[in-house]
Amino acid sequence: MALTIVSQIFPREMIPAVLPLIEEKLQHSKEIIRRKAVQALYKFHLIAPNQVQHIHVKFRKALCDRDVGVMAASLHIYLRMIKENPSAYKDLTGSFVTILKQVVGGKLPVDFNYHSVPAPWLQIQLLRILGLLGKDDPRTSELTYDVLDESLRRAELSHNITYAILFECVHTIYTIYPKPELLEKAARCIGKFVLSPKINLKYLGLKALTYVIQQDPNLALQHQMTIIECLDHPDPIIKRETLELLYRITNAQNVSVIVQKMLEYLQQSKEEYIIISLVGKIAELAEKYAPDNEWFIQTMNAVFSVGGDVMHPDIPNNFLRLLAEGFDDENEDKQLRLYAVQSYLSLLEIENAFYPQRFLQVMSWVLGEYSYLLDKGTPEMVLTKLYRLLMNKSTTSETKTWIMAAVTKLTPQALSSKTVEKIIQEFSVSLDTCMRQHAFELKHLQENVELMKNLFLVDKSCEDLVVDASLSFLDGFVAEGLDQGAAPYKPHHQRQEEKLSQGKVLNFEPYGLSFSSNMSSSGYTGRQSPAGISLSSDVSGNSAETGQKETNSLKLEGVKKLWGKEGYLPKKENKAKNNPELQPVPQDSTLMENVDQMMIKKEQSQALHHSEEEAEKQRLASTLFVGLGSESAVSLLGKTDTVSHKFRRKSKVNDTKNRKVTSAHNINCSSFSPLSNAPYEDNNHLNNFQDKGDTGLKKCSLGSEFLESSLKSDSLTELDLVENLSVCNLSPSSLFEDNSMEIFHPPQPTLSSSATEISLTSSLLEELNEHVHSDLVELCNNEMITVSSCKIWKDDSLLLVWMVANKSNLELKSMNLEITSTENFKILEHPGFSFPVIEAESTTSIQHCVQMEKPFTEEGLSGYVKYQMEEDPCIQLEFSLTISLLDFIRPMKICTEDFGKLWLSSGNDVKQNVKMPDSQANLPFALKTLQQKLRLHIVDIIGNEGILACQLLPSIPCLLHLRAYAGIVALWFRSSCSTLPDYLLYQCQKVLEES
Amino acid sequence: MIKFFLMVNKQGQTRLSRYYEHVEINKRTILEADVIKTCLTRSKEQCSFIEYKDFKLIYRQYAALFIVVGINDTENEMAVYEFIHNFVEVLDMYFSRVSELDIMFNLDKVHIILDEMVLNGCIVETNKARILAPLLILDKMAES
Repeated sequence: MALTIVSQIFPREMIPAVLPLIEEKLQHSKEIIRRKAVQALYKFHLIAPNQVQHIHVKFRKALCDRDVGVMAASLHIYLRMIKENPSAYKDLTGSFVTILKQVVGGKLPVDFNYHSVPAPWLQIQLLRILGLLGKDDPRTSELTYDVLDESLRRAELSHNITYAILFECVHTIYTIYPKPELLEKAARCIGKFVLSPKINLKYLGLKALTYVIQQDPNLALQHQMTIIECLDHPDPIIKRETLELLYRITNAQNVSVIVQKMLEYLQQSKEEYIIISLVGKIAELAEKYAPDNEWFIQTMNAVFSVGGDVMHPDIPNNFLRLLAEGFDDENEDKQLRLYAVQSYLSLLEIENAFYPQRFLQVMSWVLGEYSYLLDKGTPEMVLTKLYRLLMNKSTTSETKTWIMAAVTKLTPQALSSKTVEKIIQEFSVSLDTCMRQHAFELKHLQENVELMKNLFLVDKSCEDLVVDASLSFLDGFVAEGLDQGAAPYKPHHQRQEEKLSQGKVLNFEPYGLSFSSNMSSSGYTGRQSPAGISLSSDVSGNSAETGQKETNSLKLEGVKKLWGKEGYLPKKENKAKNNPELQPVPQDSTLMENVDQMMIKKEQSQALHHSEEEAEKQRLASTLFVGLGSESAVSLLGKTDTVSHKFRRKSKVNDTKNRKVTSAHNINCSSFSPLSNAPYEDNNHLNNFQDKGDTGLKKCSLGSEFLESSLKSDSLTELDLVENLSVCNLSPSSLFEDNSMEIFHPPQPTLSSSATEISLTSSLLEELNEHVHSDLVELCNNEMITVSSCKIWKDDSLLLVWMVANKSNLELKSMNLEITSTENFKILEHPGFSFPVIEAESTTSIQHCVQMEKPFTEEGLSGYVKYQMEEDPCIQLEFSLTISLLDFIRPMKICTEDFGKLWLSSGNDVKQNVKMPDSQANLPFALKTLQQKLRLHIVDIIGNEGILACQLLPSIPCLLHLRAYAGIVALWFRSSCSTLPDYLLYQCQKVLEES
Repeated sequence: MIKFFLMVNKQGQTRLSRYYEHVEINKRTILEADVIKTCLTRSKEQCSFIEYKDFKLIYRQYAALFIVVGINDTENEMAVYEFIHNFVEVLDMYFSRVSELDIMFNLDKVHIILDEMVLNGCIVETNKARILAPLLILDKMAES
């Protein structure tokens, strides 16, 4: 009884106390008690998987228990564990297959039968496990084919439960590596389901079809008629499932019909959840397959008006971005926008029509940006419509701000418009402070004709250059900047403004919302300010070259966008930006206080960019640079990182990317050339010197090659650039060694053409000796290629180097290496790489910097390599690499006092006693083991107690207090991260017990 | 996994409810009322599976009593549908021709049975003899 309770409610903290008792019960003679014990362990596994890690062996024993019940109970644990990490349990496939065979073959006692089907739920469970194990793995799937065939055959009885098993079978067959024969059988099975008069079976059949159709769309053709029937079925759930099915088979030809059906359904349904999910799907389909502009706009209109305010904010944002960024063809863009503008105008013409707020926001943005495309309509007309919206009582204040922004954008096109004046008049006395601000801005803007003209010019040029999002975005930004130039005494407000204009294009919605509350906006100000500085410095830096201004501010936007999520990156960027122009000045703590002031000035300088305020900028620059120190090495690293981030987000066609990279490089170069920073010049000089003079040295020649290649702006070399730059920034004395070391491995591709794999490997490793690294592990191979990898434990990150060796004597085309992203890892560069050609018998290497998102003990990082040989179809090869927590643990070198402080400030602690073999149970030995195997840093040893410290990358500290007595070592962990101590404890236990 | 298990009669009174995920008490009442309303509006010809918010409801009617199970999308609908029947068969076996009254007055026993069968949202035991074994031992102890 107690065990039942345990498995139902149990606090996490008590597990260590009860665990031994339950482990004992696993050996009990009565099967019911054994079963309960396993269930209790399952519960433990659910709530705290890391605390039962050491008894995995016992689960295996339970799986082989002579009693079926105990075995069945252990299956739950396995299902869960396999779901998390299928690769670790591949070896158990055999046992699962045998068990299933026995069950299907009727070897179980009769009382397990349910309507003469042997243990159906057990079968379903096993099928599910096999499906998980065999997924994308031909070898494991091979084992399961027989038993699946058998189950399909056996389950011919016509009872509901057999259908359930059949369904699971079909599901499994389609998840594992396909085998044509089985697929055919499964398809026949599904046919039976779908055609069945029983409604429940029909539903199941449709659900099975959705799985199947992704692999084999032809099957849908067979059941065409049934699907059509189901579409008009009175039962909404059947309809829903059918739509799901259609969603999967959508292509460019049938998209309009399918979306039509979906919209019909959408209009009938009331349920919020259904609307949200369906609206998302429609929007996705419309974006992917839209046959023409009109249809696209109309569909999106329908989506917006039905989906209204419940839909996901990404949808309108994506839509606007699509409009702004456009396609390859400029004419097409214009048409699309024109059509959008027209359709919105006609929608707004209808009196008393009610539209959701989101839709209105989209409308006002589009009208503000693109109504100039309209030939016959004057801005005045648009303004009148917007004015009417503005006066509407049901419009929320957020929407009003959107509209107001649109009005501001339109004002230059309709000078001295009466509507604008009316708006200004009415809202200058508005109770809503925000609206009032807007009105005042507008007023000032109107008064200053000079500025207005400026704005007008900038506006136009941006609009004409409609190629990518950042420009139109810039347009709004510049407009606001100008605004502020006229009214610079409202720093707070202007930041909100900016935020708002960003929000329109750049998914900044959450922040956009926050402007109405003073609290959050001030918080935001604080966080935004570093980016602001970078902005201003940038402007001043480029004051001479107006041509580059756009590119630069474009980059800055990318930074700002990053700021919300990546936190520290922009700050580094900002330093990087300032760096070229700075003399190393001691860090000034008043920096932050100055920020507000700087913000204003920045705005001013931007606003009056073309006009006379040059002197102002000079002053601004000087005020700015007092506050900043130089931390070049880190900052440049950060900077290029941000750039690469931006690429990932915006990743469009390759050539735009290249263009951007080039521009980034240009900026780098330009920022370097005028620099007055002595070390910099030295570095550059040294570099050049190396390149030219020291050609005898292979490494250096590689370095120069690398420099050239990086300027060619290959996305791959982005990382290389980072390293190169960071090296440049090191002090001149240490430059030489570091440089050669660092620069060497990036240009691997160039070298590889001549080198053989082995020599390459060895040379690579040799060069990387500076960092600790693992041996080269072969991950997968076939007759053509071998993929191997090695981990490099750098001080600040984990670097993974992948090497793809072409063993054949043919050249491989369009090689593609992609790493599947998981929730636990973050790969800092773009996760996929492609090479147009790998020559015969050569090797290529790629490196990734990996960061941990949340702690874990071990996790597989998987990916695949795709390549093409001559005219053959693409061949795909999968691999996976296990990364353990230890790869991210680095020693933390602190002194005893710091340790004390940190110890007190860390909240989460875990204690555990570990038994050691008698002979070795002394403190020095334990410390040494931990230092060597886990790379912990020994802080101090006091009597029989020792303290150690380590950090989890990027910077989560973990402290360990260790006391040894009578063959037992007491470990006591503390960390600011709640889960880290548990994982680390597990690792420590493992090494200490092994030793 | 199974999110909740409900037994409700036609009048909308809840006879038994068991949640495998934390739901606030006042939200439970709303949920139950809502669920039974959706189930009652459906005719016999309609599918026994309903999509409700972000999960699915599987229901089966026995005379005036509805058994409704809420599951997420990892579960096999048909298997759960049959599992409900299995549960009723077990009740039938224990109470010999089970009725709503049996359930009302022996709620503790029904709970014991259910807990034997479902644990943490997973179906753990379907063998009738084994499900009833602990309960029978308890009964024996109570008698002596």
